[in-house]
Amino acid sequence: MRSHVTCTINGDEVEFLVDDRQTLLDALRDELQLTGTKEGCATGDCGACSVLIDGRLNCSCLVFAREVEGADVLTVEGLADADHLHPIQHAFLEGAALQCGICTPGLLVAAKALLDRNLKPTEEEVRYAIAGNLCRCTGYDKVVRSILDAAAEMRDSAVVS
Amino acid sequence: MMYTAPVTVDEACQLLASNSAAKVFAGATDLLPQAQAGRRLEDVLVDLKRIPRLMNLEVDDQGWTIGAAASAARLAEHSQLRSEYPGLVEAVALIGSDQIQNRASLGGNLCNASPAADSGPSMVVNEARAVIVSTAGFRTIPIADLVRGPGETSLEPGEFVAEFQLDRPAARRADAYLRFTPRTEMDIAVVGAAARVAVDDAGRCTDAAVVLGAVAPTTVRVGGIAEELVGSTFDEEALARCAALSSEACRPIDDKRGTKEFRRHIAGVLTTRVLRLAAERASEQR
Ligand SMILES: Cc1cc2nc3c(=O)[nH]c(=O)nc-3n(C[C@H](O)[C@H](O)[C@H](O)COP(=O)(O)OP(=O)(O)OC[C@H]3O[C@@H](n4cnc5c(N)ncnc54)[C@H](O)[C@@H]3O)c2cc1C
Ligand code: FES
Ligand code: FES
Repeated sequence: MRSHVTCTINGDEVEFLVDDRQTLLDALRDELQLTGTKEGCATGDCGACSVLIDGRLNCSCLVFAREVEGADVLTVEGLADADHLHPIQHAFLEGAALQCGICTPGLLVAAKALLDRNLKPTEEEVRYAIAGNLCRCTGYDKVVRSILDAAAEMRDSAVVS
Repeated sequence: MMYTAPVTVDEACQLLASNSAAKVFAGATDLLPQAQAGRRLEDVLVDLKRIPRLMNLEVDDQGWTIGAAASAARLAEHSQLRSEYPGLVEAVALIGSDQIQNRASLGGNLCNASPAADSGPSMVVNEARAVIVSTAGFRTIPIADLVRGPGETSLEPGEFVAEFQLDRPAARRADAYLRFTPRTEMDIAVVGAAARVAVDDAGRCTDAAVVLGAVAPTTVRVGGIAEELVGSTFDEEALARCAALSSEACRPIDDKRGTKEFRRHIAGVLTTRVLRLAAERASEQR
């Protein structure tokens, strides 16, 4: 069965057609061409497909597309604005927190979920917040450090503005 | 497959009554991985999360009411639930990553009926009840009667769990949950152990119970724990006898996560530790 879904994605109201069995991950990639969100496992284990739904971190491979009717969805494409990378993206670049990059969109979104609620996380809190995101290249250390750097940067600019 | 999202309990009951091939779900964190592994999705899926009663989390003098589809994250974030049922909340908070926590429900964890489900031992040790509904009306059963075996519940066709109920804990009573996994995080229990303990002013045991998970087809209530402990101050000898009772009560399997002997041994070790933890918490509570 095919149905209409209306929701907000990265600030824009969108309407799209999906098959009822399609996951949000498949709808993002195949119907909306938002291919920043990656598929690693499709079983909730790797976190490459992470998105925010109404501010909460989710594996889009475990959500039916029809469930986001009326919801507010944020994907990795929604992090940067037209001219500027998000501070988390900037910190990942500066900190060399990626190699092949397949895990990176999910890690960026997971980091955003953490920093949205806690701008002063401990290293342990950062490690818990990305525990659902697997990376086979970096060994996580540069990822953790980059998220801590982004938090510091975001605290500083919060003080300035 | 057709996706449906009823907004009332009645509507959900009707959907189930009129489609023998309908199935309810909440977080889909068991449902979708199983579909990926080749299990056919039912013709009609009933999403329970738009029904306010199923998402409710409420406490009054009578006790707690936890909507069957409420997420683990919401339970873990509830400070009063954490202080009254610290063991249940630590069990629920162990279910997967933040991504999974934002979706996984108690209803799904229990009705998926995996022997390793982390909430099972805590719900049984705390004598929770399941409120079951269908077009025939509501019925309430002890949680221990919900799961029959791996993948099998006592729900009849057309029924689903609307909510869970827990009494308010008495003074100086507390619970705890510990599990053993090969990795420290993001893994499935090899053994899970929940304890509930009550103590008097002097810290002497007045009641105690232990329920194990992942060591038999369903959770196992270990017999004889209260008999060993009541009147004691949780001394080494009494705890060692409880550990032996737990090891004996297991009916474990051998698999890649652990042998039968290993599971029996760990069940004993966790029993000692979880009883001590619950006793400490009970003594701190007034
Ligand atoms: C990466 C990952 C890690 C995980 N880690 C753990 C872990 O550490 N510990 C653990 O115990 N589990 C773990 N799980 C399993 C799963 O997340 C939990 O069992 C979860 O609680 C299931 O809840 P759900 O709402 O997602 O269930 P769903 O997938 O929505 O449903 C599961 C089953 O229960 C039935 N059901 C759901 N709600 C009801 C209801 N109200 N009435 C009747 N039947 C119902 C459904 O029909 C289905 O058969 C993990 C899963 C993943 C993907
Ligand atoms: S693709 Fe969703 S968790 Fe791996
Ligand atoms: S950079 Fe390759 S998986 Fe993380």
